[in-house]
Amino acid sequence: MTAKVGVVRFPGTNCEFDTVEAIEALGGAGEVLWHGDAALGDVDAVVIPGGFAHGDYLRPGAIARFSPIMTAVIDAANSGMPVVGICNGFQVLTEAGLLPGALQKNAGLKFLNDWQILRVESTNSVLTSAASTGDELNVPINHFEGNYTCSPETLAELQANEQIVLTYVGNPNGSIADIAGVCNEGRNVVGLMPHPERASNALLGSTDGNVLLQSILDSVTVPA
Amino acid sequence: MLFHAVLDIQLHPGIADPQGSTIERALPTLGFDGMSNVRSGKSIHLDIEAHDAGAAEAQLHEVCEKFLTNPVIEGASITMVEAATVQAG
Repeated sequence: MTAKVGVVRFPGTNCEFDTVEAIEALGGAGEVLWHGDAALGDVDAVVIPGGFAHGDYLRPGAIARFSPIMTAVIDAANSGMPVVGICNGFQVLTEAGLLPGALQKNAGLKFLNDWQILRVESTNSVLTSAASTGDELNVPINHFEGNYTCSPETLAELQANEQIVLTYVGNPNGSIADIAGVCNEGRNVVGLMPHPERASNALLGSTDGNVLLQSILDSVTVPA
Repeated sequence: MLFHAVLDIQLHPGIADPQGSTIERALPTLGFDGMSNVRSGKSIHLDIEAHDAGAAEAQLHEVCEKFLTNPVIEGASITMVEAATVQAG
């Protein structure tokens, strides 16, 4: 059976179809889920993709976290389903309290749209299990509010539990401890600012994002 | 009773404020000297109908905690006046 990944679409989301295409190119099944629906259907994993959900009004993710589907996403995450937030999706997951910390305006106040080298810090998460620690991945970033911040106590916990799964080589946005991606304590919820779906085909300039998307598919326990 | 409220939302002390830092760096280049500790935030103005001032304030604290601020990085200070006072004054 094929792993089925639900990709949530809010008003203002703009990476849902790229994400579905990248997942399907790897042999998974992708389905766009509407934010206004209350149920996830029969998906095995959830991706909250990039974009500007609800216009990013108030704060990125602040309104999206109250969309009806988020109750189901939070329940699924708490029962162990893989849930990954990419870029705006990362912001939604921190606002929803599924991931620690918050994402602030970039240091320097520039919208960043560039290729970025990421370093895999931990392979113990649903987003990095197919990679090797120390791998360097070339994956694009595209954000204004990607400056990860948290309290010193939270940072100490993230480090002690090895919840920092991806860091930037050459910090582009001021993120504390060069953090590009973190997971929850259960390691089934991961958020990252870079866009693996935009590094999923040689035509796009890199295929380094595929190892991350493949990890999501691998993490799904599909009955034989 | 109708109250007018101003919510002043600021980052917690110690949380980096890229906007404030950028403003601070720009000030001397524009000839404004002697200004420091720039912190930027946002303010939200709203009217609230409630039984009394205490009830209004409790609701405002709740909405700030759940929605209008991200308590991980921000806090709000609340200023409230009775709307009738505003009209009369």
